[in-house]
Amino acid sequence: MSSASDVTVQEILIAAVTRLILDPTAPPARHIAVGMASPIPAAACWLLKKQGHDLRLSLLQRATGGPFSEGGRELFDLAGQGRIDIFFLSGGQIDSQANINMVGVGDWPGSQVRFPGSFGSAFMYSVTPRTILFREEHSARVLVEKVDHISAAGTSPPEVWRRGTAQALVTGRCIFRFDNGRFTLASIHPGETLESVDANTAMSYLTPPHVPFTELPSAEELALLRGPVCDEMLNTYPDFCRRVWGRSADQNQENAA
Amino acid sequence: MTPLSLEALAARVHDGALIALPPDDSLSSGALIRALVRRGVKHLRLVGVPTTGYAADLLIGAGCADVIETAAMTLGEAGTGPRFAAAIAAGSIRVLDATCPAIHTALQAAEKGVPFMPLRGVLGSDVLGHRPDWHVIANPFSSDDDPILLLPAITPDVAIFHASCADEEGNVWVGRRRELATMAHAARASLVTVERIVKGRLLDDERLAPGVISGVYVEAIAVAERGAWPSGLLDEYDSDRAHIAAYAKAARTEAGFAEYLAQFVTAQPERTAA
Repeated sequence: MSSASDVTVQEILIAAVTRLILDPTAPPARHIAVGMASPIPAAACWLLKKQGHDLRLSLLQRATGGPFSEGGRELFDLAGQGRIDIFFLSGGQIDSQANINMVGVGDWPGSQVRFPGSFGSAFMYSVTPRTILFREEHSARVLVEKVDHISAAGTSPPEVWRRGTAQALVTGRCIFRFDNGRFTLASIHPGETLESVDANTAMSYLTPPHVPFTELPSAEELALLRGPVCDEMLNTYPDFCRRVWGRSADQNQENAA
Repeated sequence: MTPLSLEALAARVHDGALIALPPDDSLSSGALIRALVRRGVKHLRLVGVPTTGYAADLLIGAGCADVIETAAMTLGEAGTGPRFAAAIAAGSIRVLDATCPAIHTALQAAEKGVPFMPLRGVLGSDVLGHRPDWHVIANPFSSDDDPILLLPAITPDVAIFHASCADEEGNVWVGRRRELATMAHAARASLVTVERIVKGRLLDDERLAPGVISGVYVEAIAVAERGAWPSGLLDEYDSDRAHIAAYAKAARTEAGFAEYLAQFVTAQPERTAA
Protein backbone atom coordinates (compact mmCIF):
# COMPACT_ATOMS: atom_id res chain seq x y z
CA MET A 1 0.00 0.00 0.00
CA SER A 2 1.12 3.54 -0.61
CA SER A 3 1.83 5.82 2.30
CA ALA A 4 1.95 9.59 2.51
CA SER A 5 5.73 9.56 2.68
CA ASP A 6 6.48 8.14 -0.79
CA VAL A 7 3.69 9.89 -2.70
CA THR A 8 4.44 13.26 -4.27
CA VAL A 9 2.06 16.18 -4.01
CA GLN A 10 1.64 16.12 -7.79
CA GLU A 11 0.48 12.49 -7.61
CA ILE A 12 -2.04 13.41 -4.92
CA LEU A 13 -3.36 16.22 -7.13
CA ILE A 14 -3.58 13.97 -10.18
CA ALA A 15 -5.57 11.35 -8.28
CA ALA A 16 -7.80 14.07 -6.81
CA VAL A 17 -8.57 15.42 -10.27
CA THR A 18 -9.61 11.92 -11.44
CA ARG A 19 -12.07 11.67 -8.53
CA LEU A 20 -13.53 15.07 -9.43
CA ILE A 21 -13.92 14.01 -13.07
CA LEU A 22 -15.73 10.82 -12.01
CA ASP A 23 -17.95 12.61 -9.45
CA PRO A 24 -21.36 10.95 -9.97
CA THR A 25 -23.23 14.08 -8.83
CA ALA A 26 -21.70 16.24 -11.60
CA PRO A 27 -22.81 16.41 -15.24
CA PRO A 28 -21.42 13.43 -17.22
CA ALA A 29 -17.93 13.55 -18.72
CA ARG A 30 -17.58 12.00 -22.16
CA HIS A 31 -15.19 14.42 -23.83
CA ILE A 32 -12.45 16.18 -21.85
CA ALA A 33 -10.14 18.76 -23.36
CA VAL A 34 -6.83 19.75 -21.77
CA GLY A 35 -5.20 23.03 -22.76
CA MET A 36 -1.58 24.12 -22.85
CA ALA A 37 0.74 23.98 -19.82
CA SER A 38 -1.55 21.59 -17.91
CA PRO A 39 0.49 18.52 -16.94
CA ILE A 40 -1.56 17.61 -13.85
CA PRO A 41 -4.93 17.60 -15.68
CA ALA A 42 -3.32 15.75 -18.60
CA ALA A 43 -1.92 13.10 -16.26
CA ALA A 44 -5.33 12.73 -14.56
CA CYS A 45 -6.99 12.13 -17.91
CA TRP A 46 -4.34 9.61 -18.94
CA LEU A 47 -4.78 7.81 -15.62
CA LEU A 48 -8.52 7.44 -16.29
CA LYS A 49 -7.81 6.16 -19.79
CA LYS A 50 -5.29 3.63 -18.47
CA GLN A 51 -7.88 2.49 -15.91
CA GLY A 52 -10.16 1.68 -18.82
CA HIS A 53 -12.69 4.51 -18.56
CA ASP A 54 -14.45 5.26 -21.83
CA LEU A 55 -13.48 8.92 -22.38
CA ARG A 56 -12.53 10.98 -25.38
CA LEU A 57 -9.44 13.03 -24.56
CA SER A 58 -8.38 16.02 -26.60
CA LEU A 59 -4.93 17.07 -25.47
CA LEU A 60 -3.91 20.33 -27.11
CA GLN A 61 -0.27 20.39 -26.08
CA ARG A 62 1.38 17.95 -28.44
CA ALA A 63 4.50 18.46 -30.49
CA THR A 64 2.98 16.71 -33.51
CA GLY A 65 -0.33 15.11 -34.25
CA GLY A 66 -3.07 16.40 -32.01
CA PRO A 67 -6.79 15.92 -31.69
CA PHE A 68 -8.17 18.18 -34.42
CA SER A 69 -7.86 18.81 -38.14
CA GLU A 70 -9.50 22.22 -38.51
CA GLY A 71 -6.86 24.33 -36.81
CA GLY A 72 -6.76 26.16 -33.54
CA ARG A 73 -10.32 27.34 -33.69
CA GLU A 74 -11.83 23.85 -33.71
CA LEU A 75 -11.49 23.51 -29.93
CA PHE A 76 -13.52 26.69 -29.45
CA ASP A 77 -16.13 25.71 -32.01
CA LEU A 78 -16.55 22.31 -30.31
CA ALA A 79 -16.79 23.94 -26.90
CA GLY A 80 -19.23 26.55 -28.17
CA GLN A 81 -21.51 23.76 -29.37
CA GLY A 82 -21.32 22.00 -26.01
CA ARG A 83 -19.25 19.07 -27.30
CA ILE A 84 -16.62 19.43 -24.55
CA ASP A 85 -17.78 18.42 -21.08
CA ILE A 86 -14.79 19.38 -18.93
CA PHE A 87 -12.00 21.90 -19.30
CA PHE A 88 -9.25 23.00 -16.92
CA LEU A 89 -8.23 26.55 -16.11
CA SER A 90 -5.66 28.15 -13.86
CA GLY A 91 -4.63 31.71 -13.12
CA GLY A 92 -2.00 33.99 -11.69
CA GLN A 93 -4.71 34.98 -9.22
CA ILE A 94 -7.95 33.16 -8.33
CA ASP A 95 -10.54 34.75 -6.07
CA SER A 96 -13.42 33.90 -3.74
CA GLN A 97 -15.94 34.23 -6.61
CA ALA A 98 -13.91 31.77 -8.75
CA ASN A 99 -12.84 34.63 -11.02
CA ILE A 100 -9.45 34.01 -12.62
CA ASN A 101 -6.78 36.55 -13.58
CA MET A 102 -4.38 35.61 -16.37
CA VAL A 103 -3.67 39.24 -17.36
CA GLY A 104 -1.51 40.70 -14.62
CA VAL A 105 -1.14 42.65 -11.39
CA GLY A 106 -1.23 46.43 -11.11
CA ASP A 107 -2.90 48.79 -13.54
CA TRP A 108 -4.37 47.22 -16.69
CA PRO A 109 -2.82 45.48 -18.62
CA GLY A 110 -0.41 44.44 -15.86
CA SER A 111 1.91 47.31 -15.04
CA GLN A 112 3.49 45.57 -12.01
CA VAL A 113 3.48 41.96 -13.13
CA ARG A 114 2.32 40.88 -16.56
CA PHE A 115 1.03 37.32 -16.98
CA PRO A 116 0.94 35.80 -20.50
CA GLY A 117 -2.72 36.70 -21.11
CA SER A 118 -6.24 35.32 -20.98
CA PHE A 119 -5.94 32.72 -23.79
CA GLY A 120 -9.39 31.19 -24.35
CA SER A 121 -10.52 31.41 -20.72
CA ALA A 122 -13.08 34.20 -21.15
CA PHE A 123 -14.97 31.91 -23.52
CA MET A 124 -14.25 28.40 -22.25
CA TYR A 125 -15.35 29.13 -18.67
CA SER A 126 -18.85 30.09 -19.89
CA VAL A 127 -19.45 27.45 -22.54
CA THR A 128 -18.08 24.37 -20.71
CA PRO A 129 -20.46 22.59 -18.32
CA ARG A 130 -17.67 21.83 -15.85
CA THR A 131 -14.38 23.60 -15.21
CA ILE A 132 -11.80 22.25 -12.79
CA LEU A 133 -9.52 25.02 -11.56
CA PHE A 134 -6.00 23.96 -10.64
CA ARG A 135 -3.02 25.81 -9.25
CA GLU A 136 -0.16 24.01 -7.55
CA GLU A 137 1.04 27.16 -5.75
CA HIS A 138 -1.37 27.74 -2.87
CA SER A 139 -0.38 31.08 -1.36
CA ALA A 140 -1.94 34.33 -0.28
CA ARG A 141 -0.67 36.03 -3.45
CA VAL A 142 -2.49 33.51 -5.68
CA LEU A 143 -5.72 32.88 -3.73
CA VAL A 144 -6.98 36.43 -3.20
CA GLU A 145 -10.31 37.85 -2.07
CA LYS A 146 -10.69 39.78 -5.33
CA VAL A 147 -8.51 39.45 -8.43
CA ASP A 148 -6.85 42.59 -9.80
CA HIS A 149 -8.36 41.86 -13.23
CA ILE A 150 -10.93 39.31 -14.36
CA SER A 151 -9.82 37.27 -17.37
CA ALA A 152 -12.84 35.00 -17.01
CA ALA A 153 -15.70 35.39 -14.57
CA GLY A 154 -16.66 32.54 -12.24
CA THR A 155 -20.25 33.64 -11.95
CA SER A 156 -22.65 35.63 -14.10
CA PRO A 157 -25.94 37.46 -13.52
CA PRO A 158 -29.00 35.32 -14.31
CA GLU A 159 -29.69 36.91 -17.71
CA VAL A 160 -26.19 36.06 -19.00
CA TRP A 161 -26.11 32.73 -20.80
CA ARG A 162 -23.58 30.18 -19.57
CA ARG A 163 -23.46 26.38 -19.36
CA GLY A 164 -21.49 25.97 -16.17
CA THR A 165 -18.78 27.18 -13.87
CA ALA A 166 -16.07 25.86 -11.56
CA GLN A 167 -16.69 22.46 -10.02
CA ALA A 168 -13.68 22.67 -7.76
CA LEU A 169 -10.29 24.27 -7.17
CA VAL A 170 -7.37 21.89 -6.68
CA THR A 171 -4.21 23.34 -5.10
CA GLY A 172 -0.98 22.05 -3.64
CA ARG A 173 -2.55 22.17 -0.16
CA CYS A 174 -6.20 21.26 -0.49
CA ILE A 175 -9.34 20.91 -2.57
CA PHE A 176 -12.18 23.42 -2.50
CA ARG A 177 -15.61 22.70 -3.97
CA PHE A 178 -17.41 25.62 -5.64
CA ASP A 179 -21.15 25.60 -4.92
CA ASN A 180 -23.66 28.42 -5.08
CA GLY A 181 -20.96 31.00 -5.64
CA ARG A 182 -18.82 30.04 -2.61
CA PHE A 183 -15.74 27.91 -2.11
CA THR A 184 -15.99 25.25 0.59
CA LEU A 185 -12.98 23.35 1.87
CA ALA A 186 -13.52 19.74 0.73
CA SER A 187 -10.29 18.06 1.84
CA ILE A 188 -6.73 18.92 2.85
CA HIS A 189 -3.67 17.06 1.66
CA PRO A 190 -1.63 15.01 4.15
CA GLY A 191 0.85 17.24 5.96
CA GLU A 192 -1.49 20.24 5.91
CA THR A 193 -3.72 21.51 8.73
CA LEU A 194 -6.75 23.80 8.71
CA GLU A 195 -4.40 26.45 10.11
CA SER A 196 -1.73 26.01 7.41
CA VAL A 197 -4.37 26.28 4.68
CA ASP A 198 -5.94 29.32 6.30
CA ALA A 199 -2.58 31.06 6.76
CA ASN A 200 -1.84 30.76 3.04
CA THR A 201 -5.26 31.75 1.72
CA ALA A 202 -6.36 35.36 1.28
CA MET A 203 -9.77 34.50 -0.19
CA SER A 204 -12.78 33.75 1.96
CA TYR A 205 -14.19 30.20 1.99
CA LEU A 206 -16.39 28.00 4.12
CA THR A 207 -14.95 25.36 6.44
CA PRO A 208 -17.39 22.57 7.33
CA PRO A 209 -17.21 20.95 10.79
CA HIS A 210 -15.35 17.91 9.49
CA VAL A 211 -12.69 18.23 6.79
CA PRO A 212 -11.11 14.93 5.70
CA PHE A 213 -7.65 14.41 4.32
CA THR A 214 -7.49 14.12 0.53
CA GLU A 215 -7.66 10.48 -0.53
CA LEU A 216 -4.23 9.26 -1.60
CA PRO A 217 -3.63 7.48 -4.88
CA SER A 218 -3.81 3.71 -4.49
CA ALA A 219 -0.82 1.46 -5.20
CA GLU A 220 -2.43 0.54 -8.53
CA GLU A 221 -2.90 4.20 -9.43
CA LEU A 222 0.70 5.00 -8.51
CA ALA A 223 1.98 2.12 -10.64
CA LEU A 224 -0.03 3.40 -13.61
CA LEU A 225 1.14 6.98 -13.06
CA ARG A 226 4.81 6.08 -12.78
CA GLY A 227 4.66 3.70 -15.74
CA PRO A 228 2.21 4.03 -18.64
CA VAL A 229 0.93 7.54 -17.77
CA CYS A 230 4.48 8.91 -17.62
CA ASP A 231 5.23 7.13 -20.93
CA GLU A 232 2.38 9.04 -22.59
CA MET A 233 3.56 12.37 -21.19
CA LEU A 234 7.33 12.22 -21.77
CA ASN A 235 7.26 13.99 -25.10
CA THR A 236 4.75 16.70 -24.24
CA TYR A 237 5.78 17.43 -20.64
CA PRO A 238 9.46 16.44 -20.37
CA ASP A 239 10.21 18.87 -17.54
CA PHE A 240 7.24 17.67 -15.48
CA CYS A 241 8.18 14.01 -15.98
CA ARG A 242 11.75 14.72 -14.94
CA ARG A 243 10.67 16.73 -11.88
CA VAL A 244 7.99 14.34 -10.62
CA TRP A 245 9.11 10.92 -11.81
CA GLY A 246 12.80 11.47 -12.50
CA ARG A 247 12.45 10.24 -16.07
CA SER A 248 13.41 11.85 -19.35
CA ALA A 249 12.62 11.13 -22.97
CA ASP A 250 16.33 10.64 -23.75
CA GLN A 251 16.61 8.06 -21.01
CA ASN A 252 13.60 6.31 -22.49
CA GLN A 253 15.22 6.15 -25.91
CA GLU A 254 18.43 4.82 -24.38
CA ASN A 255 16.46 2.14 -22.57
CA ALA A 256 14.69 1.27 -25.79
CA ALA A 257 18.02 1.01 -27.61
CA MET B 1 5.31 32.94 -58.87
CA THR B 2 9.03 33.67 -58.71
CA PRO B 3 10.34 33.48 -55.16
CA LEU B 4 11.81 36.69 -53.76
CA SER B 5 14.76 37.02 -51.45
CA LEU B 6 13.96 37.21 -47.75
CA GLU B 7 14.94 40.88 -47.66
CA ALA B 8 12.75 41.67 -50.70
CA LEU B 9 9.83 39.91 -48.99
CA ALA B 10 10.39 42.03 -45.87
CA ALA B 11 10.38 45.17 -48.03
CA ARG B 12 6.74 44.44 -48.95
CA VAL B 13 5.64 45.19 -45.37
CA HIS B 14 5.00 48.90 -45.07
CA ASP B 15 5.41 50.99 -41.93
CA GLY B 16 2.23 51.04 -39.89
CA ALA B 17 0.88 47.78 -41.36
CA LEU B 18 -1.56 45.58 -39.41
CA ILE B 19 0.21 42.23 -39.49
CA ALA B 20 -1.19 38.87 -38.41
CA LEU B 21 1.18 36.33 -36.80
CA PRO B 22 0.60 32.71 -35.78
CA PRO B 23 1.76 31.39 -32.41
CA ASP B 24 5.25 29.94 -32.03
CA ASP B 25 5.22 26.32 -33.24
CA SER B 26 2.24 26.98 -35.49
CA LEU B 27 4.22 27.92 -38.61
CA SER B 28 5.60 31.21 -37.36
CA SER B 29 8.21 32.64 -39.75
CA GLY B 30 11.19 33.42 -37.57
CA ALA B 31 13.20 34.17 -40.72
CA LEU B 32 10.86 36.87 -42.03
CA ILE B 33 10.42 38.43 -38.60
CA ARG B 34 14.20 38.80 -38.28
CA ALA B 35 14.33 40.27 -41.79
CA LEU B 36 11.69 42.83 -40.73
CA VAL B 37 13.84 43.81 -37.77
CA ARG B 38 16.85 44.20 -40.10
CA ARG B 39 14.77 46.35 -42.43
CA GLY B 40 13.85 48.60 -39.49
CA VAL B 41 10.10 48.58 -40.14
CA LYS B 42 8.20 50.94 -37.79
CA HIS B 43 4.79 51.41 -36.16
CA LEU B 44 3.54 47.89 -36.91
CA ARG B 45 0.25 46.83 -35.39
CA LEU B 46 0.51 43.14 -34.47
CA VAL B 47 -2.27 40.58 -34.18
CA GLY B 48 -1.53 37.25 -32.50
CA VAL B 49 -3.64 34.51 -34.10
CA PRO B 50 -4.72 33.91 -31.47
CA THR B 51 -1.55 34.16 -29.37
CA THR B 52 2.03 34.99 -30.14
CA GLY B 53 5.49 34.64 -28.65
CA TYR B 54 9.05 34.99 -29.89
CA ALA B 55 8.06 36.74 -33.14
CA ALA B 56 6.10 39.55 -31.49
CA ASP B 57 8.53 39.90 -28.59
CA LEU B 58 11.36 40.42 -31.08
CA LEU B 59 9.42 43.06 -33.03
CA ILE B 60 8.39 44.87 -29.85
CA GLY B 61 11.90 44.78 -28.40
CA ALA B 62 13.37 46.14 -31.63
CA GLY B 63 10.95 49.08 -31.61
CA CYS B 64 9.08 47.92 -34.73
CA ALA B 65 5.59 47.79 -33.19
CA ASP B 66 3.23 50.29 -31.54
CA VAL B 67 0.20 48.09 -30.85
CA ILE B 68 -0.44 44.41 -30.21
CA GLU B 69 -3.76 42.61 -30.11
CA THR B 70 -3.45 39.08 -28.74
CA ALA B 71 -5.03 36.53 -26.42
CA ALA B 72 -1.62 35.80 -24.92
CA MET B 73 2.09 36.38 -25.29
CA THR B 74 3.92 33.23 -24.32
CA LEU B 75 7.36 31.69 -24.72
CA GLY B 76 6.00 28.40 -23.32
CA GLU B 77 7.84 27.24 -20.24
CA ALA B 78 10.01 30.39 -20.43
CA GLY B 79 7.00 32.55 -19.44
CA THR B 80 5.69 35.68 -21.12
CA GLY B 81 7.73 37.79 -23.56
CA PRO B 82 10.28 39.80 -21.58
CA ARG B 83 10.41 42.72 -24.05
CA PHE B 84 6.60 42.74 -24.16
CA ALA B 85 6.43 42.94 -20.36
CA ALA B 86 9.12 45.66 -20.32
CA ALA B 87 7.24 47.66 -22.97
CA ILE B 88 4.04 47.46 -20.90
CA ALA B 89 5.88 48.67 -17.80
CA ALA B 90 7.44 51.51 -19.85
CA GLY B 91 4.12 52.36 -21.51
CA SER B 92 5.68 52.03 -24.95
CA ILE B 93 3.26 49.44 -26.35
CA ARG B 94 -0.52 49.59 -26.55
CA VAL B 95 -1.98 46.20 -25.68
CA LEU B 96 -5.42 45.13 -26.85
CA ASP B 97 -6.00 42.06 -24.72
CA ALA B 98 -8.33 39.57 -26.38
CA THR B 99 -9.37 35.95 -25.95
CA CYS B 100 -8.52 33.19 -28.43
CA PRO B 101 -11.95 32.55 -29.99
CA ALA B 102 -12.56 36.31 -30.31
CA ILE B 103 -9.59 36.60 -32.66
CA HIS B 104 -10.56 33.51 -34.64
CA THR B 105 -14.12 34.83 -34.94
CA ALA B 106 -13.07 38.36 -35.97
CA LEU B 107 -10.88 36.87 -38.70
CA GLN B 108 -13.75 34.65 -39.83
CA ALA B 109 -15.88 37.79 -40.17
CA ALA B 110 -13.21 39.33 -42.42
CA GLU B 111 -12.96 36.04 -44.33
CA LYS B 112 -16.68 36.25 -45.07
CA GLY B 113 -16.62 39.96 -45.82
CA VAL B 114 -19.10 40.80 -43.06
CA PRO B 115 -18.48 43.65 -40.60
CA PHE B 116 -18.91 41.69 -37.36
CA MET B 117 -19.72 38.31 -35.86
CA PRO B 118 -21.19 37.26 -32.51
CA LEU B 119 -19.45 35.15 -29.88
CA ARG B 120 -20.79 33.46 -26.75
CA GLY B 121 -19.15 33.92 -23.38
CA VAL B 122 -16.69 36.70 -22.49
CA LEU B 123 -19.36 38.76 -20.67
CA GLY B 124 -18.09 39.57 -17.18
CA SER B 125 -14.47 39.52 -18.28
CA ASP B 126 -12.43 42.70 -17.85
CA VAL B 127 -11.03 41.94 -21.31
CA LEU B 128 -14.39 43.15 -22.62
CA GLY B 129 -14.33 46.23 -20.36
CA HIS B 130 -11.08 47.34 -22.00
CA ARG B 131 -12.35 46.87 -25.56
CA PRO B 132 -14.54 49.85 -26.50
CA ASP B 133 -14.48 48.48 -30.06
CA TRP B 134 -16.41 45.35 -28.91
CA HIS B 135 -20.17 45.65 -28.46
CA VAL B 136 -22.74 43.74 -26.45
CA ILE B 137 -26.25 43.67 -27.94
CA ALA B 138 -29.51 41.98 -27.06
CA ASN B 139 -29.85 38.79 -29.10
CA PRO B 140 -32.38 39.95 -31.73
CA PHE B 141 -33.63 36.39 -32.26
CA SER B 142 -34.52 35.79 -28.61
CA SER B 143 -37.63 36.92 -26.78
CA ASP B 144 -35.73 36.60 -23.50
CA ASP B 145 -33.11 39.01 -22.22
CA ASP B 146 -30.00 37.51 -23.81
CA PRO B 147 -26.96 39.80 -24.10
CA ILE B 148 -24.34 38.62 -26.60
CA LEU B 149 -20.96 39.93 -27.73
CA LEU B 150 -20.31 41.27 -31.24
CA LEU B 151 -16.76 41.47 -32.57
CA PRO B 152 -15.68 43.73 -35.39
CA ALA B 153 -13.94 41.99 -38.29
CA ILE B 154 -10.13 42.00 -38.23
CA THR B 155 -8.69 42.58 -41.70
CA PRO B 156 -4.90 42.38 -41.49
CA ASP B 157 -2.89 44.18 -44.15
CA VAL B 158 -0.48 41.26 -44.21
CA ALA B 159 -0.46 37.71 -42.86
CA ILE B 160 3.06 36.41 -42.23
CA PHE B 161 3.80 32.71 -41.82
CA HIS B 162 6.11 29.87 -42.76
CA ALA B 163 4.89 26.85 -44.75
CA SER B 164 6.46 23.52 -45.54
CA CYS B 165 6.41 24.06 -49.26
CA ALA B 166 5.03 26.10 -52.15
CA ASP B 167 4.42 25.14 -55.75
CA GLU B 168 5.19 27.27 -58.76
CA GLU B 169 1.72 28.92 -58.62
CA GLY B 170 2.25 30.13 -55.06
CA ASN B 171 -0.07 27.58 -53.46
CA VAL B 172 1.38 26.76 -50.03
CA TRP B 173 0.99 23.70 -47.82
CA VAL B 174 0.35 24.15 -44.08
CA GLY B 175 -1.21 20.77 -43.27
CA ARG B 176 -3.86 20.78 -40.59
CA ARG B 177 -3.04 24.31 -39.42
CA ARG B 178 -6.28 25.60 -40.82
CA GLU B 179 -6.23 28.70 -38.58
CA LEU B 180 -3.54 29.92 -40.97
CA ALA B 181 -5.99 29.54 -43.83
CA THR B 182 -8.50 31.72 -41.98
CA MET B 183 -5.74 34.25 -41.31
CA ALA B 184 -4.63 34.24 -44.95
CA HIS B 185 -8.22 34.50 -46.21
CA ALA B 186 -8.91 37.45 -43.90
CA ALA B 187 -5.73 39.36 -44.75
CA ARG B 188 -5.34 41.61 -47.78
CA ALA B 189 -2.12 39.76 -48.64
CA SER B 190 0.01 36.93 -47.30
CA LEU B 191 3.81 36.90 -47.33
CA VAL B 192 5.04 33.37 -46.87
CA THR B 193 8.43 31.79 -46.30
CA VAL B 194 8.78 28.11 -47.25
CA GLU B 195 11.29 25.33 -46.76
CA ARG B 196 11.23 24.41 -50.44
CA ILE B 197 9.53 24.85 -53.80
CA VAL B 198 7.99 21.68 -55.21
CA LYS B 199 7.22 20.71 -58.80
CA GLY B 200 3.62 20.32 -59.93
CA ARG B 201 0.38 21.72 -58.51
CA LEU B 202 -0.27 20.99 -54.82
CA LEU B 203 -4.00 21.37 -55.46
CA ASP B 204 -3.95 18.49 -57.95
CA ASP B 205 -3.02 16.05 -55.18
CA GLU B 206 -6.21 14.93 -53.38
CA ARG B 207 -4.20 14.00 -50.28
CA LEU B 208 -2.36 17.31 -50.02
CA ALA B 209 -5.13 19.64 -51.19
CA PRO B 210 -6.97 19.85 -47.79
CA GLY B 211 -3.79 21.31 -46.26
CA VAL B 212 -3.20 23.86 -49.00
CA ILE B 213 -3.77 27.61 -48.89
CA SER B 214 -4.51 28.76 -52.43
CA GLY B 215 -2.05 31.10 -54.12
CA VAL B 216 -5.00 33.48 -54.60
CA TYR B 217 -4.19 34.81 -51.14
CA VAL B 218 -0.40 34.71 -51.40
CA GLU B 219 1.30 37.88 -52.60
CA ALA B 220 4.87 36.65 -52.50
CA ILE B 221 7.06 33.87 -51.18
CA ALA B 222 10.71 33.43 -50.24
CA VAL B 223 12.62 30.22 -49.62
CA ALA B 224 14.00 30.07 -46.08
CA GLU B 225 15.32 26.70 -44.99
CA ARG B 226 14.60 26.11 -41.31
CA GLY B 227 12.70 29.39 -41.57
CA ALA B 228 10.45 28.63 -38.61
CA TRP B 229 13.47 28.50 -36.28
CA PRO B 230 13.58 28.79 -33.32
CA SER B 231 10.03 27.48 -33.59
CA GLY B 232 9.49 23.96 -34.86
CA LEU B 233 7.82 23.00 -38.12
CA LEU B 234 5.08 20.36 -37.99
CA ASP B 235 6.76 16.94 -38.06
CA GLU B 236 9.82 18.27 -39.95
CA TYR B 237 11.83 19.70 -37.05
CA ASP B 238 11.33 20.39 -33.37
CA SER B 239 11.30 23.76 -31.71
CA ASP B 240 14.68 24.83 -30.32
CA ARG B 241 13.65 25.01 -26.67
CA ALA B 242 17.19 25.76 -25.49
CA HIS B 243 17.37 28.76 -27.82
CA ILE B 244 13.98 30.08 -26.68
CA ALA B 245 15.10 29.73 -23.05
CA ALA B 246 18.36 31.53 -23.85
CA TYR B 247 16.42 34.27 -25.65
CA ALA B 248 14.06 34.67 -22.68
CA LYS B 249 17.05 35.07 -20.39
CA ALA B 250 18.95 37.49 -22.62
CA ALA B 251 15.88 39.63 -23.32
CA ARG B 252 15.29 40.33 -19.64
CA THR B 253 17.54 43.36 -20.07
CA GLU B 254 17.79 45.96 -22.81
CA ALA B 255 21.52 45.22 -23.14
CA GLY B 256 21.00 41.46 -23.32
CA PHE B 257 18.37 41.95 -26.01
CA ALA B 258 20.71 44.22 -28.03
CA GLU B 259 23.37 41.53 -27.82
CA TYR B 260 20.85 38.92 -28.99
CA LEU B 261 19.92 41.07 -31.99
CA ALA B 262 23.57 41.56 -32.90
CA GLN B 263 24.30 37.86 -32.69
CA PHE B 264 21.19 36.30 -34.25
CA VAL B 265 19.27 38.96 -36.16
CA THR B 266 21.42 41.68 -37.68
CA ALA B 267 24.36 39.36 -38.41
CA GLN B 268 24.41 38.32 -42.08
CA PRO B 269 23.86 35.72 -43.35
CA GLU B 270 21.19 34.36 -41.05
CA ARG B 271 22.47 32.01 -38.39
CA THR B 272 19.67 29.54 -38.22
CA ALA B 273 21.57 26.59 -36.80
CA ALA B 274 21.13 25.85 -33.12
